[in-house]
Amino acid sequence: MRLFFSLLLSLLLAACAGPQLRGTGDLGLIIERASGRVTLVDTSTRQPYARIDGLGDLSHASVVYSRDGRYAFVFGRDGGLTKIDMLEAKIVKRVMQSGNAIGGSISQNGRIVVAQNYTPGGIKAFDAATLELLAEVPAEYAPGRFSKVVGLADSPGNKFAYALFEGGEIRVTDFSDPKRPKTDRYPAGNQPYDGLVTPDGRYFLAGLFGEDGVALLDLWQPEKGARKILENYGKGQEKLPVFKMPHLRGWSVAQGKAYLPAIGRHEVLVVDVATWKEVGRIPVRGQPVFVMARPDGRQVWVNFAVPDYGKVDVIDTLSGKVAKQLEPGRGILHMEFTPRGENVWLSARDDNKVLIYDTATFTRVGEIAADSPSGIFFTARANRIGF
Amino acid sequence: MLSSRLVFALFWASTATAGNAQSTIAAPDTVRQKELVRLVRQDCGSCHGMTLQGGLGPALLPANLQEKPFEGLVATIYYGRPGTPMPPWKQFMSEAEAAWIVQQLMSGFPQ
Repeated sequence: MRLFFSLLLSLLLAACAGPQLRGTGDLGLIIERASGRVTLVDTSTRQPYARIDGLGDLSHASVVYSRDGRYAFVFGRDGGLTKIDMLEAKIVKRVMQSGNAIGGSISQNGRIVVAQNYTPGGIKAFDAATLELLAEVPAEYAPGRFSKVVGLADSPGNKFAYALFEGGEIRVTDFSDPKRPKTDRYPAGNQPYDGLVTPDGRYFLAGLFGEDGVALLDLWQPEKGARKILENYGKGQEKLPVFKMPHLRGWSVAQGKAYLPAIGRHEVLVVDVATWKEVGRIPVRGQPVFVMARPDGRQVWVNFAVPDYGKVDVIDTLSGKVAKQLEPGRGILHMEFTPRGENVWLSARDDNKVLIYDTATFTRVGEIAADSPSGIFFTARANRIGF
Repeated sequence: MLSSRLVFALFWASTATAGNAQSTIAAPDTVRQKELVRLVRQDCGSCHGMTLQGGLGPALLPANLQEKPFEGLVATIYYGRPGTPMPPWKQFMSEAEAAWIVQQLMSGFPQ
């Protein structure tokens, strides 16, 4: 009798033990842009482990991760901001924060999540735990005129740098006092379309559409203002049509050089980060959209706008040339490296798959079914400045 | 008497021509229609939104387009708008197909 009861007790205890403990460092999510859905993935097993519906219009979506790597904050096109628990695989909080949004960032201390909006033009800050609205900073650049905000990136000091598309400015907002943000403004140039911060958080770069060049602000010496670099790269030559804007998130520095997408030229620009001068150009097979370095910086993978979005070019940074040309699938929208770069995951929107490649051998080592996949975001972004 | 008839005839002829430009667009065949619908939603959608509610580019819903001149919209698609991010799409379609797209946008674009 005693034996029977102790067996029963141990069975009951086992049932209450709960799910096995696991980390989040090798997880990620895939945006399914036409279905309002995300697929959660494990990059070690190269398998999906959950699908979550109900995220609204994800036809453009961007993701940042909480400081502890447990939660994803998904910014949707329709202004939806959704907090997802990567371990319990469910939505824990969701707000509609604007009419049209392009992305967002998380603060240095991980406590504030900021959305960048097209409508209403400006940024909004939320408590990362509860998604309570803390403050709003409209991007007013002329009386009654509000600009779309682009290129938002976090930088040290709980500051966020961003640019104004119509306003032609770079702004830096300090959220040290989250409910009382302070903003500084710097004239930048014509139609900044995206931005990024360098891995050390020091420089904010805003790519310009309305003129050749990039606006550069030294966040360590902002009083010097923004200056233009790469101003003449297209000088005197007919620009090619740009069917999709390049995306500057995901660039990197490799051996002291930065690799950037040209606008209106089928080239990747190579820039010396000590002097910010152009030191080379690499011809590629289309208008670059993403120019992304493998974490070690030895390779830079480039994808393209329509009609060339079936192609991916891989630059070897040692030789400075394209070392491999791939045609992985149809509609390659995004590329994401595993944390130390042994694999890259490519979304093939028109094949309804995410393709996994070995970056050393360029062989396909896996694939995951996904409905019109676009962005792929891994938790390794959680502790990178500017991501 | 004659001159006012002439004026009326000319007026009628001009409105008839404008009307004809819209009503006699040859629809592309069904396969091509699907391709064009996909192009608009997926590729134009990069800037105008897959739901056509706008993004970097303006919204393209019927309510947004109803006041705009038809031929102007066709030219915008086909030739682009220099000095703005709107590129020319002529390498992907004929002018008649651009006109068909405008017609569809103005009446509610198919999924």
